[in-house]
Amino acid sequence: MELEDFIEKFAEQFDDTEASEIKPETVFRELDEWSSLIALSVIAMVDEEYEITIKGEDITNAKTVEDLFHAVESKA
Amino acid sequence: MEGYNPFSLSGKTVLITGGAGGIGCATALICIHLGARVVLTDIREEALHDTLASLPPSHTGEPHLCFTADLTAAEQLAALVDFCPVLDGLVCNAGVMKLTLTQFITEAELTRIQKINLNSPILLTRSLLKKKKIKKGGSIVFTASAAGVYRVSIGNGIYATTKCGIDAFMRTVALELGPKGIRCNSVNPGMVETALIGSFTEEEKQREMQNYPLRRFAKPEDIAYGIAYLLSDASSFVTGTALKIDGGMTLG
Repeated sequence: MELEDFIEKFAEQFDDTEASEIKPETVFRELDEWSSLIALSVIAMVDEEYEITIKGEDITNAKTVEDLFHAVESKA
Repeated sequence: MEGYNPFSLSGKTVLITGGAGGIGCATALICIHLGARVVLTDIREEALHDTLASLPPSHTGEPHLCFTADLTAAEQLAALVDFCPVLDGLVCNAGVMKLTLTQFITEAELTRIQKINLNSPILLTRSLLKKKKIKKGGSIVFTASAAGVYRVSIGNGIYATTKCGIDAFMRTVALELGPKGIRCNSVNPGMVETALIGSFTEEEKQREMQNYPLRRFAKPEDIAYGIAYLLSDASSFVTGTALKIDGGMTLG
């Protein structure tokens, strides 16, 4: 699993947020477009792309995109 | 106010499945008259090309497109999605019907009809959304049915359950995509004078017509007008709605 690849797939879940706005240190919850629906999309994306099941609390506990990446990676 | 028409589809690109069939073809024609450019898909290659050739050009001069595909085949569905330009409208209209009494239902027939009527529209919607091929402000319309959603009839269990499934999916998509500005609705016809109702005998049709207060079945364009309305900005605040177009059939 590569951080860069994860960020790209994470960014694909957004419609109005430019991919360039999403960096490892981005506090994703502060993005205007962030919503519970996008959180659900991220969970589904992780399942589909990496065959890893994460929960809502993994998202809650992560602050930055990189935090979330590490949470996913730890379950691989 | 000359030229004012909130029902206009000017500048919109609309994908219509079952484009060579009765409702699909009528929808294409009306969408074009209202200013749209259409992309038609159907499993019947020759009928699809004939339909495309019969359509007037788009107002903008952009050519209409057609793509032959069996939407129950994953790779053909994926190819259609790749072929499609970014859309303002999607009309999931392809469908089949076969009357079978419950004790004669076979698993093969059940699966076949579910794949065409229910799975394919769900998977097409999924893929177009995933590839971001439906614009913000776009509109998705399903051809559901009065059958299942508003009434049931003898021998029509398989078809009716697929249309109930479409109804639930339509409302789910409306709920999920509302925040993205994409609307989702259905038209719910009763009997329409198309090849689909070919499995009814003339006697059955005459008897069935007594259930229609307007004393006729729908013409394909009766349904197409409803679809065009749901595609247009005139229905900007309408989402998650099942629009019955049944000549009053379900009143009795």
